[in-house]
Amino acid sequence: MTEIFGIPTQALFGQLLIGLINGSFYALLSLGLAVIFGLLNIINFAHGAQYMLGAFCAYFLLNKWGLGYWWALVIAPIAVGITGVIIERTMLKPLYKLDHLYGLLLTFGLALVIQGLFRNEFGSSGLPYPITKELTGGHNLGFMFLPTYRAWVIVASLAICLATWFMIERTRLGAYLRAATENPQLVQAFGINVPRMITLTYGFGVGLAALAGVMAGPIYQVSPQMGADLIIVVFAVVVIGGMGSIMGSIVTGFGLGVIEGLTKVFYPEASNTVIFIIMAIVLLIKPAGLFGTQK
Amino acid sequence: MILEVRGLHAWYGESHILHGVDFDVAEGEVVTLLGRNGAGKTTTLKSIMGMVARRQGSIRFKGEELIHLTSYKVARRGVAFCPEERGIFASLDVEENLLLPPRIAEGGLSVERVFELFPNLKERLRSQGTKLSGGEQQMLAIGRILRTGAHLLLLDEPTEGLAPVIVQQIGRTIAELKQHGFTILLVEQNFRFAQKIADRHYIVEHGRVVDMVPGAELEANMGRVHQYLGV
Ligand SMILES: Nc1ncnc2c1ncn2[C@@H]1O[C@H](COP(=O)(O)OP(=O)(O)OP(=O)(O)O)[C@@H](O)[C@H]1O
Ligand SMILES: [Mg+2]
Repeated sequence: MTEIFGIPTQALFGQLLIGLINGSFYALLSLGLAVIFGLLNIINFAHGAQYMLGAFCAYFLLNKWGLGYWWALVIAPIAVGITGVIIERTMLKPLYKLDHLYGLLLTFGLALVIQGLFRNEFGSSGLPYPITKELTGGHNLGFMFLPTYRAWVIVASLAICLATWFMIERTRLGAYLRAATENPQLVQAFGINVPRMITLTYGFGVGLAALAGVMAGPIYQVSPQMGADLIIVVFAVVVIGGMGSIMGSIVTGFGLGVIEGLTKVFYPEASNTVIFIIMAIVLLIKPAGLFGTQK
Repeated sequence: MILEVRGLHAWYGESHILHGVDFDVAEGEVVTLLGRNGAGKTTTLKSIMGMVARRQGSIRFKGEELIHLTSYKVARRGVAFCPEERGIFASLDVEENLLLPPRIAEGGLSVERVFELFPNLKERLRSQGTKLSGGEQQMLAIGRILRTGAHLLLLDEPTEGLAPVIVQQIGRTIAELKQHGFTILLVEQNFRFAQKIADRHYIVEHGRVVDMVPGAELEANMGRVHQYLGV
């Protein structure tokens, strides 16, 4: 068996793979948070709960209507996105005149309520979600075994992240979004329906969280607190990457997943805290985050 | 009359800024609002544009009442606004800034025509919008609303803080736009500049229009105007 730095390659690449998988979810979730924060100036604390809703939506689609994984990938983001649109229209919108803190408090409260309701109904143990048959199995790459589903999650989330980045940085719609982030009054005076754009942006960010939830089901199981566990780390990722930076959240998400995985190999005792240690260091040296700009 | 403003009141929060503004602009005219700092000129333009939340009175554009419309609807009726602070977006390059306002009607200038008016812009398309000089930013701010097909242009102090050659260039541009059939409502402090290009001048004071001077008579009425503007 080959070794690198005295570590068997199987173990090293295995942890690297786990790191990339975790990083995929960090990136997808922090990307949604960044998009929402950019335009709405609200830190969406309900993001973890909405990720969990995506996973449960997939679970219900399969167990109540017999609609499988591919259907869930399409339906869950739309359905959960629509709940996001309703939340924005009915609850967030009246808060824009007030301090941003109120938006944060509202979404934090929503997260507690949604997670509480699901815990009452489904308890705390995880529900299994099977890997769809097209993505079962795996490949022996020689130096490691690569399960197909995990490869799919990494590739799919990377593709979604890059497509989102492209849409925001390189298209006309994205130009509206960037301009409205800077000066919504003026963009609106050019004839663009900015309030509707804000609503749809929140719906899109929430939909991304739900999409991540669907993809997470077969890996982590479906449970009411799956989002709460993850979102704490994701907030650290967002702080490290820089609030509101699109590329920052993608790079930092994948990067920190990998760093966390490697820490598990070389110094397992620190693997749960390494991200928070990095956060503390970044906050000391570059308070706006690695990719952020001071406002 | 393409624009008729009657008894326009506007508030920022609790402060009552406009106290019944009345004036008209006819199709194809260049009309200026003159007045001291804080008189309410910008607030008048923003109220027409629907950018001031609390307003009252009547703003008729091509016969249609605008007073209750939000700003994106006003824009889609064919009114375009170029703000005093120019409003160039830092996260957009020059080309994106230029193409940002959507076309709302036929008859706007083509991008090539905008480049003919402002050749500087063509050379800087890939630059970040806010990296342009003050004069270039002003050209960009004017250029981007010419493409949209809007009929009525609201320009807030387009010459503020610019070098004399650039002021002249903007003066020539406004004259060309008038030729082209645009109607222009212009806020100006520089009435030497306004004098050359405007058909009529309204004097704004403490949130009211207090006087009107036809362009041809400005010279003869300098004493009066100086008194209003305190220069
Ligand atoms: N956003 C705002 N909130 C509160 N008051 C404002 C606001 N904008 C302007 N004002 C006040 O309204 C009054 C009119 O301002 P406005 O900007 O319309 O003046 P102006 O004639 O354009 O002046 P200037 O020549 O300096 O641009 C001023 O007293 C100003 O302090
Ligand atoms: Mg002003």
